[in-house]
Amino acid sequence: MDSAGARGGHALNEISRRRFLSRVTVGLSALIGGIVGLPILGYLLAPLFRTPSDELVPVGAIADFPIGETKLVSIRDPSPLAWAGQTADTALWVRRRAAEGPSMFQIFNVNCTHLGCPVNWQAAAKLFLCPCHGGVYYSDGSVAGGPPPRPLFEREWQVSGDRLLVRQQPLPTVKQG
Amino acid sequence: MRWLRASASWLGERFELEDSLMAVLRHPVPRELERPVGWWYVLGSATLAIFVLQVVTGVGLAMTYVPAPNSAYDSLQFISHDATLGAVVRGMHYFGAGAMVVLVLAHMTQVYLFGAFKFPREANWLTGSLLLLATLAMAFTGQLLRWDQDAFWAVVVAAEQAARAPIVGEWLTRLIVAGNNVGGATLTRFYATHVFLIPAAIFGLIGMHLYLVVKRGISEPPVPGLPVDRPSYRRRYADMLRRGIPFWPDSAWRDAVAATVVVIAVLLLAAIVGAPDLSKPADPTNVVADPRPDWYFLGYFAILALIPPATEALVIVGLPLFAFTFLFLVPLLWPDGERHWSRRPAAIAAVALPFIAYASLTVAGFESPWVPKLQGGTLPASVTQGLGDSQRRGADLFVSKVCFACHAIEGAGGHRGPDLSHVASRMSRDQITARIATGGGGMPAFAGSLTPAELEDLTAFLQVRR
Repeated sequence: MDSAGARGGHALNEISRRRFLSRVTVGLSALIGGIVGLPILGYLLAPLFRTPSDELVPVGAIADFPIGETKLVSIRDPSPLAWAGQTADTALWVRRRAAEGPSMFQIFNVNCTHLGCPVNWQAAAKLFLCPCHGGVYYSDGSVAGGPPPRPLFEREWQVSGDRLLVRQQPLPTVKQG
Repeated sequence: MRWLRASASWLGERFELEDSLMAVLRHPVPRELERPVGWWYVLGSATLAIFVLQVVTGVGLAMTYVPAPNSAYDSLQFISHDATLGAVVRGMHYFGAGAMVVLVLAHMTQVYLFGAFKFPREANWLTGSLLLLATLAMAFTGQLLRWDQDAFWAVVVAAEQAARAPIVGEWLTRLIVAGNNVGGATLTRFYATHVFLIPAAIFGLIGMHLYLVVKRGISEPPVPGLPVDRPSYRRRYADMLRRGIPFWPDSAWRDAVAATVVVIAVLLLAAIVGAPDLSKPADPTNVVADPRPDWYFLGYFAILALIPPATEALVIVGLPLFAFTFLFLVPLLWPDGERHWSRRPAAIAAVALPFIAYASLTVAGFESPWVPKLQGGTLPASVTQGLGDSQRRGADLFVSKVCFACHAIEGAGGHRGPDLSHVASRMSRDQITARIATGGGGMPAFAGSLTPAELEDLTAFLQVRR
């Protein structure tokens, strides 16, 4: 390394040659990283950019919901992954308020507005109770007690003939409504 | 025996183990470690032993576990009940996870109180803090892989909690669930994260951590009145090592003893107590769930029930953020000065206060008095004995209208609201009626779900309780 030649006129060339080679090596490594990393990154982040589906899906026959009652129903994701199993289903609380008209139904997400645990309907007490931190809601979804910051989230619904339809909705529920 | 020794020496020579492995293992450590104080230095290697146990049992579990929502639960039930020694392997992985959390924290506490994070070992502490984060991430992602009701709803809760983060919240949620809802794509992500991503990071971090431990040397036991002085420390430490002892085997035997004890403890817990049974299979349409985290996260779960709702966003995001920022700042803010805990009262408080607070929160999490008690609603015979007609109807309403879920009478019922065993001695008839009808103080109003006659019966029943 420290030969007489290197100390002479070649020294400057040698340094700039080394600097060049280091840069080429680092540059190529970064290129490899990019070639491998970018497709993977895109693949992993894809869910962020997919538009969530907000189709209307069938809930059931209107006749199945007696006026004044609140029932648990489940809707099915119209296009689930083949191995999704039970997770393609989503539960909802459906409250029938009137025979017809715009206040005919209230459809609630089962998720507590506090942290998302599933609330339970207590028909006798006409309350929704949350098992996690003790959130309580009245039958219309408004907060009756506990930590929830706001009423249960409601979903948009439609009546089509004798069927009740409800709009699909992605997580998180806490950012909606 | 001679044949064995000959093979070992052949391997050692051909693989140059004398220059690599043995040279590292024989690195000098302070002579003080020969004394009983050396037992304080075993926590790190005990953690490493449990980590290896986690890798081995984890690989075993992965041979059978199927990370798909429609099969995960069944494959884990197969491991737990049918596979030969499956229950023991799963039990070891379960108790190993708890042991990891406990040992990492114990190790950090010892390092903190001994002042071993100070110059020139700041980076040891920083890599160790990252290892703590990785351990907690492993614990959390692992719980979800059980894919039973509780695990499923815990993912939902995690996703909703992530959504509280400012600006990036919604993105974070969608990244966690890998789609619109917790479903087919979610479990495989958690699986890959738990099995490949975080372990890869842990291997790298352990490599750095151990490299630094050997390179910077094991810290000498602190002496009160002998502070770390940056300009002179390295020379003083080098002098100390000249009189030092080789780590292998003079100090390593203690690590081996400690590692053996913790590994045997995990095995015994797995074989005798066993991992907890799974709850019902994950089912978004079954709203009967109790999404409670494993015991080491219960304190955090509890705090979310106990703080005023207005402070929640701050606590969910801010508290962990503050804790980990503090952790990373420790060696940067206090790189020199006194090491011995007896000269650092603030350091003792910094360990004791969070420990006491978290322990009390964990106890509160186990008891969960804020949760309405929906099962087992019968009043004891001593309460219902000798009641009149109206009072008896009131007692029935107390159960059927789920008053008992939040209020206890003579030990039966929940503890969300006040105990009503002697309510009539502190409230008049009118006050009781008004409180039931209009609620208040965290209690719902029941005017809408009770007829006037029912309200009268209920009040009549509670009037007896004095």
